[in-house]
Amino acid sequence: MQTVQRRTLPLRLPRVRPGGLLPILAILAVLVVLVGIRQPDFLSPPSLMSFLGRSAPIILLAAGQYFVIVSGEFDLSVGSLVTAQVVVAARLIDGDPARTWPVVLLLLAFGAFVGLVNGLITTRLRVPSFITTLGMFLILVGAVYLWSDGAPKGGLSEEFRRFGRRAFEDVPLLGRVPYALLVLLALAVVAVLLMRSDFGRTLVAVGDNPRTAELSGVRVWRTRTIAFILSGLAAAFAAILLGGYSGVSFQAGAGLEFGAITAVVLGGVALGGGRGSVVGAMLGALTLELLFALMNFYGVSGALRSTVQGAIILLAVAVSATRSSSR
Amino acid sequence: MSALSLLPARRPVPGVFVALTLTLAIGWLVVLLDGGQLFNQSTTVSLLHVAAGLGLVAVGQTLVILGGSLDLSVAYVISLSTLVAAETMNGSDGALLPAVGLALAVSAGIGLLNGLLVTKLRVNAFIATLGVGLLLKGYLDNGYDGPAGTTSPTLVQSLGYQRIGPVPVSFLLLVAVTAAAWFALSKTRFGHHLVAVGGDPEVARLSGVRNDRILVTAHVLCSMCAGLAGIYLASRLGSGAPRVGTEGLYDLESIAAVVIGGTALAGGRGGVIGTVGGVLLLASIDAIFNQLEVDAFFKQVIRGAIIIAAVAVYARRAMRKAAA
Repeated sequence: MQTVQRRTLPLRLPRVRPGGLLPILAILAVLVVLVGIRQPDFLSPPSLMSFLGRSAPIILLAAGQYFVIVSGEFDLSVGSLVTAQVVVAARLIDGDPARTWPVVLLLLAFGAFVGLVNGLITTRLRVPSFITTLGMFLILVGAVYLWSDGAPKGGLSEEFRRFGRRAFEDVPLLGRVPYALLVLLALAVVAVLLMRSDFGRTLVAVGDNPRTAELSGVRVWRTRTIAFILSGLAAAFAAILLGGYSGVSFQAGAGLEFGAITAVVLGGVALGGGRGSVVGAMLGALTLELLFALMNFYGVSGALRSTVQGAIILLAVAVSATRSSSR
Repeated sequence: MSALSLLPARRPVPGVFVALTLTLAIGWLVVLLDGGQLFNQSTTVSLLHVAAGLGLVAVGQTLVILGGSLDLSVAYVISLSTLVAAETMNGSDGALLPAVGLALAVSAGIGLLNGLLVTKLRVNAFIATLGVGLLLKGYLDNGYDGPAGTTSPTLVQSLGYQRIGPVPVSFLLLVAVTAAAWFALSKTRFGHHLVAVGGDPEVARLSGVRNDRILVTAHVLCSMCAGLAGIYLASRLGSGAPRVGTEGLYDLESIAAVVIGGTALAGGRGGVIGTVGGVLLLASIDAIFNQLEVDAFFKQVIRGAIIIAAVAVYARRAMRKAAA
């Protein structure tokens, strides 16, 4: 059993790892050039740093979603989880700085718990993850409204908000480095290391062919459950940054689940699992954010944002689908 | 193996009706203890109205899910269809038929686009229909701030509010559409081919089924069902509503109803009768909670839990069957 697993996995990996990154890097480069032509200021270090800091939450969500998608599942609950986290944080902190750290820890635990529940229901009760996380979405949205009687209460402390909105100012060369960017970089390193570890290989193998993985001695249910927990944790981090940056509202996380899935797919990760890299997923999110910034600069109405987003997704996925089928 | 996978497809009435009966019985008792009445005229009528709207969408959704696909764009198709219908009618009865025809044609066109993306360009159905949904969302957000157009009075009086006893005309429309879909699935070649494609596309292709054509047809029919639901909603609201589809969560709820009704999300197994059961179950829960004056948000929590629980029960049964 063990020898089979060791022999097949490293053989498959080199085929999986490349492929995904080149197209997304090309799209990203084109967008950077277009932005540079229209708004050269944007590419100056300080504003670029701020942009990266602003994009941190969706990039984190894309990384979280990647773990779930590459293992062959979906997580539709992350948007509502972000909303729930932000509203819960505001009510629990209620403007009291002393409660900041306990609440941060609580949010992380809460995110991991929601992921655990999603994972166990999906793997142990064999409910398709689409339905599990859709149910969780309804439950979280309903629960958070119920708990706060229809309007967000309390407020975030300045200590809590600084993660999402403050930066190290006057840094040589870069100008400013937002805290959010540092959080993002740290977590991105963790994600990449995780995918290079045994766990990462197992995760991809489970998504590629759960049956083969099972027969090679992988506990598929445990691996997938951990993926859901990672997604929940990513949502918690995203919520902390997002709450700090844009404040408390019931709309804090609306639509983020589809944004994250879009980003992941744009980054060359196959729905259904087994293909793509976490770096690709995060670059996908960055590309999406850059695209929105570009549309802003070209004066495209905010309402048309989704149309362009839809067109880009279809185009990107159709191109990669026809390329892979002709190969 | 093939005999095993064919067997459940023939099982006509799934357990959802048992759940429905139980829910209604328990609901009736609880409401009675609470001092109310579950089955009076007004609650029954509103229950059936809710069921009609969701049901039309869900029957269409059943077709694509059976074929192994999925449609996340239905919510936007519904909104668009209410607008196309109401703006074309513009309050006059004369434009009634052209408006209905145009709304259905636009919906069919969107379904065709979905179908071609899924089959010819081989875009994953989740992404394809999500992308098309986003395209429509942009159009709707950009063009409309609020209700627009006026539904023709005849349509409002007939489809919107007319009823025979406690049964609204719209529910009869749902019954008719369901019957047609049931007939198409169980008695026609299209239906058998659709289930075959959903069960195993490769086997279907090798057996001479033209997978692409079948799936495109299913997508067109699904969108037309959503368009029909839009026309119905326009007749209820009296105008076109650019957000009615998304606010009603018709995309996710219709998928939930299909799956509660016993159709496998992966395709190849299930049917429209079960879907109507699922729709009635969701609508009944709604009606019971309304009678008990349960908080709307609490209702949503329970709804989410019920959707998961229902599907878990099916999965459990399928596992036991596989073991036996």
